[in-house]
Parts: sequence; C-alpha cells; structure tokens
Amino acid sequence: MTSANTRQNPAPEASPGQRPKPAPPNGAPVRATGAQALVRSLEAVGCEVVFGIPGGTILPTYDPLLDSTKVRHVLVRHEQAAGHAAAGYAQVTGSTGVCMATSGPGATNLVTALADAHMDSVPVVAITGQQSTGLIGTDAFQEADICGITLPVTKHNFLVTDPAEIPRTIAEAFYIASSGRPGPVLVDIPKDVQQLTMSFSWPPEQRLPGYRPVGKPHGKQVREAARLMSEAERPVLYVGGGVLKAEASAELARLAEHTGIPVVTTLMARGAFPDSHPLHLGMPGMHGTVPAVAAMQRSDLLIALGTRFDDRVTGQLSGFAPEAKVVHADIDPAEISKNRVADVPIVGDCKEVLAELLEAVDSASTERGRGDLSEWWEQLEDWRSRFPLGYDWPADGTLSPEYVIERIGQLAGPEAVYSAGVGQHQMWAAQFIEYQRPGSWLNSGGLGTMGYAVPAAMGAKAGAPDRQVWAIDGDGCFQMTNQELATCAIEGLPIKVAVINNGNLGMVRQWQNLFYAERYSQSDLGTHGHRIPDFSLLAEALGGVGMRCESAADVDSVIERAMEIDDRPVVIDFVVGKDAQVWPMVAAGTGNDEIMAARGIRPLFDDDEG
Amino acid sequence: MSRHTLSVLVENVPGVLARVSGLFSRRSFNIESLAVGPTEHPEISRMTIVVSVEEQPLEQVTKQLNKLVNIIKIVELDPDSSVQRELLLVKVRADASVRSQVLETVQLFRAKVVDASPEALTIEATGDSDKLDALLRMLEPYGVREMVQSGMVAIGRGARSITATAVR
Repeated sequence: MTSANTRQNPAPEASPGQRPKPAPPNGAPVRATGAQALVRSLEAVGCEVVFGIPGGTILPTYDPLLDSTKVRHVLVRHEQAAGHAAAGYAQVTGSTGVCMATSGPGATNLVTALADAHMDSVPVVAITGQQSTGLIGTDAFQEADICGITLPVTKHNFLVTDPAEIPRTIAEAFYIASSGRPGPVLVDIPKDVQQLTMSFSWPPEQRLPGYRPVGKPHGKQVREAARLMSEAERPVLYVGGGVLKAEASAELARLAEHTGIPVVTTLMARGAFPDSHPLHLGMPGMHGTVPAVAAMQRSDLLIALGTRFDDRVTGQLSGFAPEAKVVHADIDPAEISKNRVADVPIVGDCKEVLAELLEAVDSASTERGRGDLSEWWEQLEDWRSRFPLGYDWPADGTLSPEYVIERIGQLAGPEAVYSAGVGQHQMWAAQFIEYQRPGSWLNSGGLGTMGYAVPAAMGAKAGAPDRQVWAIDGDGCFQMTNQELATCAIEGLPIKVAVINNGNLGMVRQWQNLFYAERYSQSDLGTHGHRIPDFSLLAEALGGVGMRCESAADVDSVIERAMEIDDRPVVIDFVVGKDAQVWPMVAAGTGNDEIMAARGIRPLFDDDEG
Repeated sequence: MSRHTLSVLVENVPGVLARVSGLFSRRSFNIESLAVGPTEHPEISRMTIVVSVEEQPLEQVTKQLNKLVNIIKIVELDPDSSVQRELLLVKVRADASVRSQVLETVQLFRAKVVDASPEALTIEATGDSDKLDALLRMLEPYGVREMVQSGMVAIGRGARSITATAVR
C-alpha cells in the first residue's frame, strides 16, 4: 500500500547544506526538491513579495525561500492579514498577490481573506503546506482539508501530490488567478511533496482544457449596444470594478467624453473615472449619491460595464431602474442576466469592450446623428444642485467623522492610496474622498470584512513604497487586525492609520437607531467611555507613532504631522461623535426610489408628488 | 419546472465530483440524478446530471458549471434526440404461487432475472424512467423487498460525438 509505505518511510528532511545551485529560469532541467522548485517557480512567474507565516508543513519551502534574492517575504502576525495584504498588493500593482501559510490553522486563517478576494475578484495565489501524503485523511496534527474548505471561496484550487507537478501547478495557478475574471487560487502542497526531489525546468506546459476565458467581445452585440446608446434619451454608464481590473479607465473616459453620457462608479470602481469630472455623478447604491441613484432609477438605458447588479446597488431588484434597457458587458458570462436580464449581453474584457464600443458609437452617430442629452442633463444637474453630498456637524460639539475623512483626502491628495475597513467609515471614505485615479481605493466591497484596512494598506505599501498609504479604519475594525502594525514597523512599511473612533460599531448603531427603536444591543465598544484600548498607546507599543485628535481645530495639524513621518507607521485616534450617520441611504429591502437624502427626505417620491 | 439532462465532460481528476455537487447545493439547485463514468478518453470523465429547473436558472447553473476549471464541456441533451437509460435492480417476493406471473411481467418489459431463490427473484431492467416506473408498478403487488436504481446516462442520437470536439 502506497500510503502505508509513505508513513513508515517519511521522506528525509532536506539538508540545508546541500542545495543545488540556482538555475536560470529557462535552463536545462536540474534536480531540485519540491520546495526549491516551488521557490524557483515563484521567481519565474515574477512574484516579488510573499506575505506569510511559516509552520510545520510549509517549513521545507521556507528554507530555500531564505536564499531567494528575487522574492521578499513579509512575516505577518496573522494569516488573515497575509491574505488581505496580498489583495492590497495586487490592487495597487496590477499583479498577482501571494500569501503563504502552514497547514491546519494557518490555512484556515486564510479563508476569510480568500473569500474576500473571491467576492471582489482580486488575483491572489495562496500557498499552503499540507500534512504528508501518507497522513492525509488520518486527522493528523494540523491537518485540515483546505481544498475542500476553500472550494466555494476560490476560483480554483489544487492539491499537489507529485513534486514534478509543482512548476506546472504554480504556472497554472498564476494564470487562472490573473486571467479572465481574476480571483484567488489556492495551492496545497503536502510536506513530503516539498521534500522529494524532482527535475525542474521552466517554463512548464500548461494543461487547462476546461479554462478558456473570453476577452474579445462579439462585434454584433457591440454594434447593437452602440445603436441603443445613440437612441437613448436618458443613458447612464454604470461602471463596476471590472473596469479597474481591465485597466480600462482611459477607454472609459474617451467613451464618456465622446458621448456625453453620465457615469456612476460603484464602491468597487471608485477611481475608475475621476470624481472631479463633470460627467461623474458619484457612487450608486445603498449609500450612493442622490444624482447617481436617481439617474439609474429614471434611466432608459444602463450601460453596465464590469459590474454585477449587486443587491447593495440595485436595492429591491423588482423596483430597480424600471424603465431601463440594459447593455451588460462583463468578462464573466455567469454575471450576465444573473440578477437583471440584459437586453444586450456582451462577454468580454472591459478594455476591449470599451474600445470597440467607442468605434461603434462613432460610426452609429455618423449614420444617425448623436442623441440629444440636454434635457437629461438638465434633470441631472437639478438633482446635483439640490442634493449634493454633505454632512451636519454633531449637535453636541464633537468632531465630525466626515470632516476628518474629507480633510485626509484633501491633504493626502489623489496620489495616495486609501484603504478602508467596513462600516460607516468605509462609506464616508467612499463618499468624501475624491478619487481621481485607478488603484487609489481599496476596500472589502463584496464580503464586507471588518479588519481589512490595515493589512490591505500594508500590502499596498509593499507594492507601492513611494505612495502614501492611508488606512481609514473604524475603532471596531482596527481591533480585529491592528497586530499588523508590528509587521509594518519591523518590515519598513510606514502606513498611516486614521482610526475614526466613535466608540461604537457605528453602522450597527446606525441600524439600531433607525430600525431597532434605538435599542443599542452590544454596539458600544467602550473605546470612548473607558478608552480601552488607548489607540495612541497601542500604536506606540506596536512600534508606531500614536497621536490623538479630538477637535476640528487640530485635524489639519495632526494629519500634517502624520504625513511628515516616514520611518514608522502612524496611528491617529480621531475621537469623533457617535451619532453621525451615513446618508443618503436606501434602507435594506426597499426600492431605490425610496432613497433618503437625509432622514425623512425622499427626493424621488417628492418629485413624483410635486 | 421542467426536467433537463446535462451531459458534462470533466477532467478525470480527484475532487471534480465534489466541485460539481458543491456548486449545485451552494446555489440551491436540486440534482434529481447524477451518474459519473469513464469515456473513450482516459483523461475525461462524463457526468449525466438531471435537474428540474426553469429555463432562466438552468442557464445560470450551466454558466456557473462552465466556470469550474475542470469542466471541459456541457451539452444539454433533448429527450427526443437522445437515448436516455437508467438501470434498475429489484428484489421481488416470488414464491411458487406467483413466480410464473412475475416472470411474465419480466418478459413483458424485456427485463431479466439475475438471481433467484425459493422466495424471491432479483430482476434487472434498463430503460427510461417511465418504463422503469411502469415495471415497478406492475411488480409492487407481489412485494418489493429491495430495490436500487442508477442515475440516468444519456447519449445523443446520430453520428455526432460531443467528446470528439472537446479533445484536441
């Protein structure tokens, strides 16, 4: 029996003294252990940074990793942070992020981050150690069926049982993660497979008969979309994260400017189209701007690009954009007509779709002339002037969280990277910071993972060391992952963290205020009343600089002081009022027509009555 | 709800059945029957999946299946232009007093007896589900002691092959 043999005769530990000389990537085959092959494969696919933590079953790989001059390893404090850091890294660099963990708890700690990357289509490769092949299935120490566990939250995963398969598997994993609709891929490698020797050569032959992502859109569909665009009276470009993934911002700007069609950018697409652009109506959805939500509700044509009609955008689906025809372009055929039936489905990469649409619109308009959108713009400008984004200062004289976030955006500027956790501060950061370029906004849109901000910022800083990276975090979120400040301090990743400290799980409190009769069940964190923890002292303890700001007058100076520090992470504890709420809002389960610009003010209903 | 028969060509690798069945349950689709087996290509297996869904969700489940990296091809087989078969093994109480009547039913359905004992006969039958249902109805009065049925397998009529174009 194979398994019994393996258990009795475990493969010998690789001796650190006898490492074969590194081979050039395209050289002739050389003998290597599985672990060496893994490190060389990572080098060959261009991986520059790995976020991870070693442990029993991944130890063989950490040995040759020590010698790699091409791959930097960042030793994180919790594996979940390794996953989010890889996602942050991927989104600012445009390449694939990599995280590594040992078997069992190391691997299961990655699960949240993988699910997060899966929901937000971020290219991440996770490499996990696994118990030796002979022990798999015996409930061995630190054994977890991580392939089984991550099946629903990865784009694909592999269990490698033969060291000879390592180069091919790594090449395929990176190809799958980064092509088509990007996503996380997990590669699980048993310890004995890392230790056995094999013949390494690069590049390996890939065998993926069932994986054929479509990039080029169908010409007929594009022409049909262009025809609808030239005939529409109230069109809207509904832009999602796919436009950022496709690096198609320039193409989007050309199409929008050529047609004069208004643009809305979803939470995942902030930065895909400049916020300062006059054609930009802002973010749609549950906490979107009134002009963006209203434009979609009254639209007669939605041109949906790289977006998935998420429930946070559509509100109650049956009442969403009731008069609109839908052109839906996405690289993932399964997204098209999943939630809203598309009149014109286009499967393709947004960059190519946008380029071809521009051409088709151009020739359609020479044939038929361009549609007149002036009446539409009159309506849009009316909404825009009557319902701009705004906020009130707290009546009790406390600091306004919106003001803090707005000032960070203005002082740090559009070249900085902003990363948010999940909750009120995330929505305010999406609303009150002006995003002008791709790769400037990181957040957990789909999964809604509290604790995302700090590790994602850390990954972003590793990928873009010359850019300022701000984590806009909540006091609840920050307490989930702040241990990574230690990583940032030691690894030279000086991120800045603005803790928007309202002493509460703010979004929970907001819902309890609005929908649970102000019964604040378990949403007070005590970070105000007891000042536990003291975020400023905590920052110092973790190797950073801690500051505190409690009044509007100090906001600018404290931000400026933080911006001057570039050798250590900085944490600013912004003590803000606890009663500020996120507006506008479409309450969960209601239709977008019921959007409230502020409490009790429903612009679209008022319109209909008036 | 209508019944649909999907023929799914998959890579013959470990875990592929879990990927497919997991996808169905995750997206709340019910599998009526599922059969897996080898094809003429050793690296490809073929699943025949019968689902009861409307047209729109069927399209969604097909697209989601297509996203699985190990799935090579999906074809929906129309019952009119394909041969669809299930296998039934049924153990029927048949002592001397009724044995000849049971055997008559077996002949009527072109089934066969594959095991016999003084009290019972084990009958093997193949056919589409209507035929097997009819056979079971005829046998029930004698007393069905035990039965087991396979998932449906199906193949398109005519000379065309769905595997030929999938392998290059």
